[in-house]
Parts: sequence; structure tokens; C-alpha cells
Amino acid sequence: MTVDIDKTTGPDVTPPAGPEAIKAVPVRHPWRYVSAAVALFLLGSVVYAFAQGDINWAAIPEYFFDDRILEGVWKTLLLTVMSMLIGIIGGILLAVMRLSKNPVTSSIAWFYIWFFRGTPVLVQLFVWFNLGLVFEYINLGPIYKDYWSSFMTPLLTALLGLGLNEAAYMAEICRAGLLSVDEGQTEASHALGMSQAKTLRRIVIPQAMRVIVPPTGNEVINMLKTTSLVSAVQFYDLFKHSQDIGQNAGSTVEMYFLAATWYLIMTSLLSVGQYYIERYYARGSSRSLPPTPWQRFSAAVLPARRPKGVAA
Amino acid sequence: MTQSSPAMVKAEGVHKSFGAVQVLKGIDLEVRSGEVFCLIGPSGSGKSTFLRCINHLEKINAGRLYVDGELVGYRQRGDRLHELKDTEVALKRRDIGMVFQRFNLFPHKTAVENVMEAPVQVRGVPRQAAWQRAMQLLERVGLADKAGNYPSQLSGGQQQRVAIARALAMDPKLMLFDEPTSALDPELVGDVLDVMRDLARSGMTMVVVTHEMGFAREVGDSLVFMDGGVVVEAGDPREVLTDPKEERTKAFLSKVL
Repeated sequence: MTVDIDKTTGPDVTPPAGPEAIKAVPVRHPWRYVSAAVALFLLGSVVYAFAQGDINWAAIPEYFFDDRILEGVWKTLLLTVMSMLIGIIGGILLAVMRLSKNPVTSSIAWFYIWFFRGTPVLVQLFVWFNLGLVFEYINLGPIYKDYWSSFMTPLLTALLGLGLNEAAYMAEICRAGLLSVDEGQTEASHALGMSQAKTLRRIVIPQAMRVIVPPTGNEVINMLKTTSLVSAVQFYDLFKHSQDIGQNAGSTVEMYFLAATWYLIMTSLLSVGQYYIERYYARGSSRSLPPTPWQRFSAAVLPARRPKGVAA
Repeated sequence: MTQSSPAMVKAEGVHKSFGAVQVLKGIDLEVRSGEVFCLIGPSGSGKSTFLRCINHLEKINAGRLYVDGELVGYRQRGDRLHELKDTEVALKRRDIGMVFQRFNLFPHKTAVENVMEAPVQVRGVPRQAAWQRAMQLLERVGLADKAGNYPSQLSGGQQQRVAIARALAMDPKLMLFDEPTSALDPELVGDVLDVMRDLARSGMTMVVVTHEMGFAREVGDSLVFMDGGVVVEAGDPREVLTDPKEERTKAFLSKVL
């Protein structure tokens, strides 16, 4: 108020001639320069230390596409995909069990999740690996019978250990997703005469996916890294092969660097995939989807073409 | 409305409680075929609950509720009632359209996909035919140009009109409206009421829970005032709204009119 009065009553004040761009002296931030300098110094020291270290850098490109490494990469990917499949299918099953009205199935699901989430996956892997000490045979009646040691291969051990553990986590993710869908959606679907199963499949699950996909993407990336634990049960994945080569060729650390690089490449590719899957399930959730990096790129390079996926 | 038209909905002593809370304490009423039946009353009076009982979204605890002459949610064998299976309940719901206060459109489907969903999935109508019918219905509610939009891209009034089209796509013999305009900006209420007025004129049997007294007076054939889980007063909307007999009705109307 006082400002207004001053303006109108003060005889010396010239009336402002329309809005004028403000040219003020910006606040200085000297500490930003200091912190940047400190951070750069620390980073430089780390780089320098490694440059001074006795590291045979040439060994990394030499073995980067070695057959054993490539086989390890393939095994790691295979194990990730198969374990996640077991995890997702088991997770959906457990989530439905936990949400069911049947107190027995819901308690069993609760117990499963409690147990597998509460024990370290490395311990679970060793338990699967060493079950041969307590079972001599596996006997599924007329279907299958064999020595435990030839039945429980490193691959099966790894799959059971990782997959069953993952199912416990996926169950919680799926449950959260199913619960996130508004009850009005189920009611509307029922009111239209859609059955319980159709409602779940056509209405609830597609909407739950928007909540389920991002954490599942994280789980896939986590799984890819966790697979390195299976070297402990004699499964030859990327990590185990790198370790072996490193010990034989006398370049242990170099081969760990190599493995880390491969893991980084794979997780980066998975992140890109996750981005597009999330976009797909975001349909209708916001007024318009932002363009993908590729669409932004092509829009900049080829200004005549309109990006396709952008809703008006 | 002639008195001889058959009852589309018939309630005899309908009771409903949620745990210890009794919401409906013996509702008796009759909705005749082809009429617009308005339910008014303060919030918590049980009018929405009663509406939801009609298509068995809520199970009644006592009494009898009939739609088109058939028991809702049960089958009578001798003097025992047997609960209907989920699939049997779903079969009956096909013929009862419902419009919700909060629209409840499927957010991951476009307007036209929302309207097509039930005919394709429940009645097995071929997609092409379902699409044509959906476009006709969207045309009827004045939204043919929004067919490709997702619900989040539509205003509340537009969403509610799509929801009406979605319910009509199943060719229901009865339409239930649960406070269809309560969640809308005042400006948008008119468009939705226009669609409902048009629907009433076409002879659809409608049960409407509403706070729009103007709509009830103009379009309604019967009106029931509910309070505390019972029917307080029933009759012709114009009579009840202008000259209520019961003190409770007078008190309510003096606040909302």
C-alpha cells in the first residue's frame, strides 16, 4: 500500500513508461566455485591414482570379445531373463494368493514372502546347492527319478535361488499395483456386466501395470547384477569367466574392470528398454506424452516431420 | 405414465447394513417401466446405497428386491434363497446401465474404446459394428469429435456424457444414475442434464439419485424423499417439491431450494 501512495503522491517521481526489463546485479555465489574446485581436485586425484597404478590396460580390449567372456555375457542375460520370468509368474501368483479371500492361501503367501525376503539370497543359493547332502535321490513317483547331484545342476540351482527369491519381491510389487487401481474401476466394469476375470484382465491389470512396470524394471537391473552371486555355486556366468581368465592370465583387477564394463553396457541397454515400456503403459495417464529423445532428435533434424506419438 | 405399466424395479422391505450401521431400514417402492424415478434426500440417507443394491453392487440383508420381475442376486427354490454365481450376476447386470458420480471411465482407453469395451467383451459384438454404434452414441451425447481422446483430456461434463454413452452401448432396459452431476462444475451440469432429458424423452426407465430439484420437477415422473434409511415421502415430483406433506421433507427442501 505504501508503495502505491508514494507513486501517486510523490511529485518528483516520473511515472513508469510501461514495463521495463529489470537489469539487476545478480547475487554472486563464490562457494559454488570453491565446491566445484574441490570436487574436481578429488576426481583428478582418483584418476591420477589409477593412472599411476600397475594396471595392464591393454588386457581389457584384448579379452573384451573373448569367447569365454561372450559366453558369460550370454549366460548372464539368459539367467536374468529366466529368473525374472520365474519371479514375475511366481510374484503374480503370490500377489493373487495374498489378496484372495481364502485365509489359507493368503497366509501361505504371506509366509513365503516373509521367508524369502527375510533371508539373504546368497544363503538361499548355498542351501539349494547343498541340498544334495540331505537328499540322495529326487523321486517324483513315476514321472522322474534321479540322483540329486545330477538333477541339481548349477543352472537349476541358480534359477531356483534367484527366481524364488525374486518372486517374493515381485509379489509385493504386483500387490501394490493391483491395490493402486481405484475401486470405482472394478465397479464400473462389473456394472457393465463384465466378469471377474475380464475385469481383472481388461481393466485392472492394464492400469496396475503403470505402477508395476517401473519397480519391475529396477528389479530386472538388480537381477542382472545379482546374477554375479551364482559364481559361488559354480555357475559360469560373466563374472565367473572373468574371474577365471583374470587368475590364469595374471590380470585379476583388469578382468574385474572388464566385467564391470559389460555389466554397465547391459544395464544401460535395459534402462532404455524400460523407458519405452513405461511410456507405453502411461497412455491416458497424462494429457500428452513428452516426446522421446529420438523424437526430439528427429524433430530438430527434420523440422518438417511431426513426431508421431505425441498426442494433440 | 399409465398405472398399468409393469414394475421395472420393485422393493419390498429392503434392509442393508454395513457392519453395525443400518443404512436401509425397510424400503418399499416401485419403479414403473418407462418412468423417470428421482431419489432425493440428505447425504447419508441411503439413496445411493439403495441404487447400488438394484444392480447388486451391494448385497441386501433383508427384504426382496426385483428387477423386471426377477429377484436381484438370488434365486428362490421353494422357500430358500440361493445366492447367484458371479457369472449369473454379471449376466443380469448387462441389462442395467449405471452412471457414477465420479464417472469411472477407464483411463487407459479412449472415449470410443470406453464405449466399445462392454459390447465387444461381454456381448461379443464384432469390433467394426461396435465402433459404429459407439460413434452413434457419442454423436448422440454430442462428443463425436472427442472419440479419440483419453478421459484425462476431457472435462468432467464430457467424461460424464461418455459414461452415459458407455452405459447405453449395452442397450439397457434400466438406467441408474448415482448423483451424475454432483462432481461437475456448475457450468457443465447443463450439458449432462440435457443428455438425460433426451434419454427420458426416448422412454428409458431411469432411477436418478440427484440434488437437481429443477431436473426432478421438470423430467421426473415420480419422486421419493429418503432420510435415515426410510422413505419419508413419495409422489409426483411437482407436488412433493412445491407442497411437501412431511415436516422432514419441508425442512430439507427449504435448505436446498
